[in-house]
Amino acid sequence: MSQKADSKREWPLWEVFIRSKAGLDHKHAGSLHAADADMAIENARDVYTRRMEGISIWVVESKYIHASDPGDAEILYEPANDKIYRHPTFYNLPDELTHM
Amino acid sequence: MTVHSFQEHFDEKMDKDQAIEAKDWMPDDYRKTLIRQIAQHAHSEIVGMLPEGNWITRAPNLRRKAILLAKVQDEAGHGLYLYSAAESLGISRDDMMEQLHSGKQKYSSIFNYPTISWADMGAVGWLVDGAAIMNQVPLCRTSYGPYARAMVRICKEESFHQRQGYEIMLTLANGTEVQKKMAQDSLNRWWWPSLMMFGPPDADSPHTEQSMRWRIKRFTNDELRQRFVDVTVEQARILGLTIPDKDLKWNEATGHYDFGTPDWNEFYNILKGNGPCNKERLDTRRKAWEEGQWVREAALAYSDKRRQRKEKKAA
Repeated sequence: MSQKADSKREWPLWEVFIRSKAGLDHKHAGSLHAADADMAIENARDVYTRRMEGISIWVVESKYIHASDPGDAEILYEPANDKIYRHPTFYNLPDELTHM
Repeated sequence: MTVHSFQEHFDEKMDKDQAIEAKDWMPDDYRKTLIRQIAQHAHSEIVGMLPEGNWITRAPNLRRKAILLAKVQDEAGHGLYLYSAAESLGISRDDMMEQLHSGKQKYSSIFNYPTISWADMGAVGWLVDGAAIMNQVPLCRTSYGPYARAMVRICKEESFHQRQGYEIMLTLANGTEVQKKMAQDSLNRWWWPSLMMFGPPDADSPHTEQSMRWRIKRFTNDELRQRFVDVTVEQARILGLTIPDKDLKWNEATGHYDFGTPDWNEFYNILKGNGPCNKERLDTRRKAWEEGQWVREAALAYSDKRRQRKEKKAA
C-alpha cells in the first residue's frame, strides 16, 4: 500500500448501542468513526454518554450490519397482517371473567 | 417498480408525514439538498466551537470555565451527530471536510463575528443559541429520520447552552456599571447578526417552498425571525438591557412586535467571505485538519499492527 493511498484511508464507521440502565436492552444511539474497537468505545463514551445516558456500550463496525431491504417490506411483514388472532384482544369473553 | 412509482411512493410518504430512512428511495434533489443542509449545519457546530474556545482559558472563574468547556464539547458532539447523519446519504466525512476547507460548503455566518469581551459568551449563549434552538426545534420532526434523530438529541442539549448564556448576562446586568455596560455593548453587537441567522427574507429565499414540501424546513425564515423577536424582547426586559432597534414596538393589531430591517448587505458580504473573521476561522480549521493528519494515520497504523499481531498469534 502506498503512503498516499494510506493517508486517504478514513477511520472506519461504527454503530453505537447503549444500555441506559441495568435491566434494559442496548439501543442504537448513532454512529462514529474510530481506528479500532477500543477507540470506538472511548469515542462513544464522549459522544453519546456525556449526560449519564448509559452504563454499557456496544460498538459494531457498520460494514457488519446486515439490513432488510425497505422494498421487501410488504413481502416480509404482510403475513402478520391477517393474523390478528395472535393478539389477546381478538377474543370476546364475558365481562365478569377476571384474572385473565 | 418503475422510477415513476418510486417517486409516487416517496410523495405519498411526504403527504402522510412519514419518515424517510437511509435505505429508502429518494429523489436526487432531496438527497443533495439534505446533504448540503446537514453538512452546513455540522460545519456550523464545529466552526462554532472557535469563538467560544477563545474564552476558555480566560473565563472569570472555575465554574464558568467548566461550563464553557462542557458547552464547547457539546458542540463537537453535535457536529459529530450531524456528520454521521449526512454520511448516511452517501457523502464521506473526508469529502465534507474538504468541501468546508475549499469553501464549497458553508457554515453559519454568525461565527464570522469576533468574541471580543467575556459578555459575548453570555450574548452568544442567549441570542445565538436561542436563535439556533428556534431554527432547530421544528427540525426534530423533519422528514429524514437520521437528521430528525440527531436534532432531537441536539435540542435536548442546547437548552443548557442558552440558559448558561442568559445567566452570564444576568450576572453582568446586575453587576457594576462597567459590567452592565459590557453586557449592553455585547447585546448591541450580537442583536442584528442573530436576526440574520434565520436567513434572508422569505421573498429572497427561493428554496423555501420546496424545502417546506419536503419537511426539511417547517417554518419560513420570516416566521421564525418574528417568533424569536417576540420571545427575546421580554427576556431583554428582565435583564434591564435595551434592544438596539428604534423601530421595535408592540403592534396591538398583529399581536407581534414590529422591528427594523437587518443590514442584508452586511449579511451577503459575510457570505461572500468578507466578514471580520472568515479567513481566521477557515485557516484555523484547515490547520487543525492538516496537523491532525499524522494522528489519523498513526491510529490506523497502530490498529493494523495490533490486528496483524492478533492474527499471527491465532495462526
